[in-house]
Amino acid sequence: MPRSRSPKTEVPETLAGASLSDVSPGPEVRTATAVVEPYGDDAVARAQAGDHGAFAHLYGLHKRRIYSLCLRMVNNVAEAEDLTQEAFLQLHRKIGTFRGDSAFSTWMHRLAVNVVLMHLRKKGLALTSLDEAMEPTQDDGPGRSFGAPDLMLTGSIDRLALERAVADLPPGYRLIFVLHDIEGYEHNEIATMLECSIGNSKSQLHKARLKLRDALRTSLQGQGRR
Amino acid sequence: MSEDLKTMDCREFQAQLADLIGSGEDAHNHPHLKSCPLCRALLNDLETIAEAARQLLPAQQPKEDLWERIESAIQKEESPKNPK
Repeated sequence: MPRSRSPKTEVPETLAGASLSDVSPGPEVRTATAVVEPYGDDAVARAQAGDHGAFAHLYGLHKRRIYSLCLRMVNNVAEAEDLTQEAFLQLHRKIGTFRGDSAFSTWMHRLAVNVVLMHLRKKGLALTSLDEAMEPTQDDGPGRSFGAPDLMLTGSIDRLALERAVADLPPGYRLIFVLHDIEGYEHNEIATMLECSIGNSKSQLHKARLKLRDALRTSLQGQGRR
Repeated sequence: MSEDLKTMDCREFQAQLADLIGSGEDAHNHPHLKSCPLCRALLNDLETIAEAARQLLPAQQPKEDLWERIESAIQKEESPKNPK
């Protein structure tokens, strides 16, 4: 299954509030890889030096992806906003420790992922760490994938049904699926983000897709479609 | 392609599928799929799911006032009365 999409980098937006007026102009955004990253890197350095406008600029660059990740993980707007706020507060506290060993967006996402997982743990979900999130469960044997070939999903996946199925995934699988298939991160980036092996990332994504397939097929059967 | 791959059963094939898909190669070229409609259907379904997931973007937008909340919280943390 070839992957050609890079993680989407957002164009800076004009944010409400006077604090954004001091964001220094940067080069025109043309492509995610050629222009946005250098601009982002510059903003990171300035934010590390205490430039509040640069930090506001980073918020503009990353808010939608961080918020979307939080929203997909908790399925609640108010909670997602609280988590997004906490993620950016963490970023403000820790940005000085970013050394550029990985892409800033990957590092930022790792902060957000930890905030989300901490939240899920507080809510009492059976998820206490990234390690646990990545730990395979016993019902994931390959034999589960068999099924009648006349109930194929091809061309028949309803967007809302997929949204529901993703929301119903166990948090660990949902996290991998959101990061890879929805946000477009590559396995090596996810491995860095979640401190797991690339093979583990591939394996967990595969299991997430298998679970989604089961859920979508069940949904189709419920609709009486074949 | 070796004879082992041609005679691989579904369980063996599916055990390798995560790596096969993750390798970036076209999994449809695997010899097992030439004679197995079940695994062919499985692969097609998984590709359909991955493709459909890309349509779930665009990402959601937080409320406009979220930045103000964050900015206020930062200022509160930085206040001398509220040391970190």
